[in-house]
Amino acid sequence: MGERRTFVFGQKTAEELEAEAGLPTEPMRVNMGPSHPAMHGTVRMVLTLDGERIRESDIELGFIHRCFEKEAEYATYTQIFPYTDRLNYVSPMLNNVGFALAVERLLGIDKEIPERAQYIRVIVGEMARIADHLTCLGASAMELGAFTPFLWFLKAREWLYTLLEEVSGARLTHSYVRVGGVVADLPTDFSEKLGARLIDIARVLNEGEGLIKDLRIFRDRMEGVGVLSAADAIAYGWSGPCLRSTGVDYDVRKDHPYLVYDRLEFDVPVGTRGDNYDRFLVRMYEMRQSLRILRQALDQIPPGPILVPDYAVTLPPKAEVYNSIEGMIAHFKLIMDGIRVPPGEVYSTTEAANGELGFYIVADGTGRPYKCHVRAPSFAILTSLTKQIDGALLSDLIPTFGMVNYIAGETER
Amino acid sequence: MSQRILDRMKERFPDAVGDTHAQHGNETAFVARERIVEVLAFLRDDPELEMNYPSDLTCVDLLGLGDGLGELQREQQGAPQDDKPRFEVVYHLYSVTKKHRVRIKCRVPEDDPTIASVAHLYPSWNWFEREVWDMYGIRFVGHPDLRRIFLYEQFVGHPLRKDYPKEKRQPLIRREGMV
Amino acid sequence: MLMIFLLGALKWLGLIMVFVMPVASLLTWAERRQSAMMQDRLGPNRANIGSVRIWGILHFVADAVKMLFKEDFVPAKAHKTLFRLAPVLAFAPVLIAFAIIPFGPTIHVDHLFKVLDPYSAPSGGERLQIFTAEFGMLFYFAIASIANYGTTLAGWASYNKWALLGGLRASSQMMAYEVTMGLAVLGMFLVTGTLEPGAMVDWQGPNPLHWGITVQPLAFLLFFTAAIAETKRAPFDIPEGEPEVIGYFLEYSGLGFGTFFLAEFVEIVFVGALMTTVFFGGYHIPGLYQNGFYFGDWFFELPHVVVAVLQVHAFIFKVIFFCWFQLLIRWTLPRFRPDQLIHLGWKKILPMSLANVMITAAVLLWLGL
Repeated sequence: MGERRTFVFGQKTAEELEAEAGLPTEPMRVNMGPSHPAMHGTVRMVLTLDGERIRESDIELGFIHRCFEKEAEYATYTQIFPYTDRLNYVSPMLNNVGFALAVERLLGIDKEIPERAQYIRVIVGEMARIADHLTCLGASAMELGAFTPFLWFLKAREWLYTLLEEVSGARLTHSYVRVGGVVADLPTDFSEKLGARLIDIARVLNEGEGLIKDLRIFRDRMEGVGVLSAADAIAYGWSGPCLRSTGVDYDVRKDHPYLVYDRLEFDVPVGTRGDNYDRFLVRMYEMRQSLRILRQALDQIPPGPILVPDYAVTLPPKAEVYNSIEGMIAHFKLIMDGIRVPPGEVYSTTEAANGELGFYIVADGTGRPYKCHVRAPSFAILTSLTKQIDGALLSDLIPTFGMVNYIAGETER
Repeated sequence: MSQRILDRMKERFPDAVGDTHAQHGNETAFVARERIVEVLAFLRDDPELEMNYPSDLTCVDLLGLGDGLGELQREQQGAPQDDKPRFEVVYHLYSVTKKHRVRIKCRVPEDDPTIASVAHLYPSWNWFEREVWDMYGIRFVGHPDLRRIFLYEQFVGHPLRKDYPKEKRQPLIRREGMV
Repeated sequence: MLMIFLLGALKWLGLIMVFVMPVASLLTWAERRQSAMMQDRLGPNRANIGSVRIWGILHFVADAVKMLFKEDFVPAKAHKTLFRLAPVLAFAPVLIAFAIIPFGPTIHVDHLFKVLDPYSAPSGGERLQIFTAEFGMLFYFAIASIANYGTTLAGWASYNKWALLGGLRASSQMMAYEVTMGLAVLGMFLVTGTLEPGAMVDWQGPNPLHWGITVQPLAFLLFFTAAIAETKRAPFDIPEGEPEVIGYFLEYSGLGFGTFFLAEFVEIVFVGALMTTVFFGGYHIPGLYQNGFYFGDWFFELPHVVVAVLQVHAFIFKVIFFCWFQLLIRWTLPRFRPDQLIHLGWKKILPMSLANVMITAAVLLWLGL
C-alpha cells in the first residue's frame, strides 16, 4: 500500500484539521485471535489500528504446538506417519508421501519402490492437493462473504475424502503411505469411481469459478491486495502457489521430479502481479492441472506389488509371519525396533499443497530418527504477513491471510 | 551436480569452509561459526550460485549422537560429556534460478551457544531463528526480535535439547501484556 | 380523537402481529432453507412439535425458545443502560415505520358485495394504512435514522473494541446511504407529486406502465441498493462482517442478540414493503381496477370484497417476492470493503441519484407537467 494522504477542500489534510480542532487521537490496539473467526486454527495477531488501517502488527504462534519434532525422536519411523497426518491436516496424504520419500532416501531404496506404489502415491497426493486448494479457496471466499462457493467446494472435497476413506480407511488421518510403498492396494472399482468424480469436480470448479471469478466485488477485494514482489517472495522463502503467483515458476514436481511426475504431463500456472487474486487463480488452475495428472495416472497405473519386498523395511505378509520363523522374526523386529535406518542425514523436499515441504532427518542407526525437522511451507509464507498487511486496511487482512492458507498443524507442529 | 558450489565456496573461503561431503544427494559444507554471515552473503549474491532461496534453518543437538546408546539408555545414564561442539546449526539454501541446493553447517559449542543472525540476509529466517532459539537455546546475535515463537516467555529450558526429558511438564503461566 | 388513535394502534398491532412478525420469523427459517438449496445441502428441516414437521418451518420456534432461555449476559464494563436500550432502538423504529405502508385498498364496508363505480369511489371507507400523512416518506426517514443510534450505541456500550469498530462502520454506512435513499425517492416525488405512500400507490394504479419501476427505473435501482445497505446485509454487511470485526452486537447474547437478529429480518420485510409501495404499484394487480379486470376490451366484473382480498394478497405476494430476492442477493454476493462501500455510496450512487433528480425535473419541465 502506498502512502495515502487525505485531502480535504482547501489545502489541509485531515490530520492537520484534527490537530487544529484539538481532537487528540491515538491508535487502538486490538487483539485478533486466538479465537477469532478469521484466524484459522488459532493464531493471535496484535494489531495497532489507526481507524481501520493497520499501523503495526505482531503475529504470535504456538497455540497448537504439539511437539512434533520431540515426539518424532521417540517414535519409530513407521509410528511417525500418524504424526505427519496431523501436520497439514487438510492434505495428510502429501505429508505421508513427503516423509516416506525422505526415509527411503536415507535407506537408499528410493529407486526401488514398485511402480504401482509410486503411481498410487501420486494419485492420492494429487487428490489431497485438490482437497487442500478447494478448502483454501472456499474458506477465503466465505470469509469475504461469498458463502455459496465455499459449500460447493466443500461438497467436492467431501467426494475426495470419501474416496480416500475407501482407500485408507480413515477420512482425514489416513496414515496410508509406508516406508517402501503403501499399506494397501486401491479398492477394485477405485479407478471408475475416481474417474466419475473427476468430471464432477471439474464441473464444481467451473460453477464456483463462474460465480466469483469475475465478480466485481470479489475482484475489488482481491486485486492489488497483499502484493509481494517476486524478489521479496523468494527472500521470504515463499513456495507453492503463493510463490508462483508472483511469477516464479518453482515447483518441486517439475524442477526435481520425484515419484513418477516426470512421466506425467502437466503445466505450472504462474501469476504476474503477486496479489491475492493471482493466488486465487493459480490455485484454481492448479486444481485443473491436478485433475489432468489424475486422469493420466489412472490410465498409466500398472498392476504389480505395492511394497518393497524387503522384510527389513516392510512387514512380511501375514501368512509368512504365522508360518515361518524368518517371517515371524522380521515382523517382530520391525514392530519392536522399527526400521533400522543407517546413520546419515537427508533433506528431502516434495511439493505439498502449500509449497515446498521439506523433511530434514538425521538418523543414528537406530529405529528412531535422531532428529526429524519439518520445513513447513506455510510457516515460511507466514513470515512475510506482517510486511503484507502493515499499512493495509483491517479488511484486507482477511483475504491476504486466507490466501496464505495458514494451516496451524504444519506451521506450529 | 552441486559439487560445484562446494568447490566455489572452498575456493573463495579457504579458511572458513571446513569439511565438505555429499550424502543422499545433499552437499554439505561445514563453515566456521564466526564467518557464517560472510559465507551466506557470498552464496546469496554470487552470480554463479545465486542461492537466493532460504529453504530451511534448524539445529541438531549432537549430545550423545553416535555413542551407540539407544534413546532410553541415554535418558537413564545421562549423556557423556566430550569436547565436541554440541550443536550444529543447519542451513539449507536453494537457488530458484539455478535449481541447486546446498547444506551449510555451523558447529556451536554448548558453553557459548551463540551465532550471528542472518535474518537481514534472508528475512524468512527471522522466524526460523526464533524457532531455533525457542527449541535449542541458540542465541542469534544481531537478530532484530529474538523472542520465543511457539512457547511462552516464562517457559524454562529449551525442549528440543536432548537433555530435556520428553515427559517433563511445566505449568502454563499466564502471559503478561495481553491486550 | 381517542377512538381514532386506538383504532390506529389496533390496526398497527394487527399488521405487525398478523403479517410482519410471522413473515420475519419465517424468513429466519427461509433464509437458511433457501441458502441450503443454493448450496446443495438440506438446511434446517428437523424442528418439530411431536409429529408435526412441516419441512422444519417450526425452526423459528426453536430459535425463539433458545434465545429466551440463554443467559442474557452483560459485560462487566459495559454501559448497562445503553447496552439494554440499544436493541430496542434498533428494533422499534422499523416496526413503527410500518405505519406508513398501505397494504390494501380502501375498504367500503357498506359496499362489500357490490361492484364499485369505476370512476368515483364512495366517500368514507376504511383505509388499510395506519398513518396517512402528507409527509409519509419523510416520517420514515426520520424514524429510520433512529435505528442508526441503536447500532452505534450497541457498539459503544459493549465496551469491546471490535463492537466499537462495528458500530462505527454501521453509522458511517447508514449515513452514506440514507442520503441516496432520500434522493431516489425525490425522483418519485417529482413524478407523483406526493410523499404520501398511499397517494403514490394511487397514482401508480393498476397499469404497470405507470409504476415506479417504469417511470423511474434508475431511482428504483439506487433505492434498492441503498435500502439493502440500510438493512446491513450482504453485500453491505460490513458492520457485522463476521470474519473481520464480528459486529456491533458481538457482546449480546440471548434475547438481546435475538432482537438484533429479528430486527434485521423485519427490516428485510420493510424494505420489501417499501419497494412494493414506491416502485411496484403497492397492492395493485396489473389490470385489476376497483370494479374488476380490464385487459383491453376484455372485462371481468368483480365485487368490491373480492377485489380487496385480491389486492391485499397481491401486496403480500410482492413483499415476499422482494424478501426472497434479498435473500438471493445475500447468498450470492461477497462483502464490500468499508472504504469501497463508502466510495460507492458517496462518489457513485449519490451523484447518480442527484443526476436522476435533475433529469427527472428537466423532463417534467419540458413535458410541461
